[in-house]
Amino acid sequence: MTPQINPFIIFFASIITSNMVLSNFLGMCSFISVSNEFKTASGLGKAVTLVMVFTTVINYVVYQYVVLPLGLEYLRYVVFIIVIAASVQIIELAMDRFLPELYIKLGIFLPLITVNCAILGISLFMVIRNYNFWQSLLFGLGSGLGWWLAISTLAAIREKTGKSKIPQGLVGPGLTFIIIGLMALAFMGFSGIFVIQ
Amino acid sequence: MGNSLKTVFYRNLWGENPVIRQILGICSALAVTNRTVNSLVMGVGLMFVTAFSSLTLSALREHIPDRIRMIVQTLVIAAYVIIVDIFIKANLPEISKALGPYVGLIITNCIIMGRAEAFARKNPPVISFFDGLFAGIGYTVILLGIALIREILGFGTIFGFSINFIDFTKWTIMVVPPGAFFMIAIFIWIASGIQNRRLKKKEAK
Repeated sequence: MTPQINPFIIFFASIITSNMVLSNFLGMCSFISVSNEFKTASGLGKAVTLVMVFTTVINYVVYQYVVLPLGLEYLRYVVFIIVIAASVQIIELAMDRFLPELYIKLGIFLPLITVNCAILGISLFMVIRNYNFWQSLLFGLGSGLGWWLAISTLAAIREKTGKSKIPQGLVGPGLTFIIIGLMALAFMGFSGIFVIQ
Repeated sequence: MGNSLKTVFYRNLWGENPVIRQILGICSALAVTNRTVNSLVMGVGLMFVTAFSSLTLSALREHIPDRIRMIVQTLVIAAYVIIVDIFIKANLPEISKALGPYVGLIITNCIIMGRAEAFARKNPPVISFFDGLFAGIGYTVILLGIALIREILGFGTIFGFSINFIDFTKWTIMVVPPGAFFMIAIFIWIASGIQNRRLKKKEAK
């Protein structure tokens, strides 16, 4: 067992220093393709945060009380994927029923999230690092917020670069990666305040 | 678009190279490229998974109902990933530790899903197998390229062997995450630069 880290340190670290995208490279696919516009990016960020908190909690419970007692660790990928797909569906249905306005705003993003590697990544990290319930919950929440922060920032910067003249070969993904690299450098500036690994 | 072995090969390695042209599978491409050995293991693992999941899905393509094909695809891919994961854990425990969750994340690697959706769904098994295999090779080649540069500049080693007969200061930036982002940006820049030039030549003709 790893020594127990204060859940709040995990929370802040996963927002800034161990940011899901910028230091663990998770959820890159949608991070690149949905960051053209600030509004949509921010919407996706919110949806990801919501799903992350949900799935980490459910996966934690399922892993601790179903998978481990039955000795099915090698099936955990399948279990996690099914839990994620199912909870995305449930969140969709529940939002449609109780928060129709939010559903219209976030609805299109929810199916996309099922295949977002960040969501599965969080659950796998949780297992590898042996987090307890509160650590997992705040880890999920922090990672979601960190992802939201990163994608909104990137989208805001990319909106501005649309107007500038850049080398032709760099247009699109090339420049985006350079921006992400610079952002990652900036976020790294905080390292040393909190460390989790 | 023809589907002979040669066109499939060319398309996956250059024309539609998953990493530098379609920007797919970036997560792992960035995360495992600080060491060439890790990239090689990851690449071979991915090759295995894409090839066999394409084969399986293509063989089953007439029996999978359209509406639930996503979940079927995911489960087939997950099955192969579990094989790879167990194999790496058993035979290469150190690399397994270094790769951490990224082996499991092959499941959500968009390359595999992409090949299953774009190719294996409509084509017979054998050619789908090779399509998957070549997509994996295309991915591995780029990964090795990035990893080679990052490892040489960042650690001063190649495949873990020291090259300290050339004396230089190690570039810490190549070891940390931003280095990966910059490297991949450069690769994409070069690739699209070459492609643009070719397009211009074609237009001139």
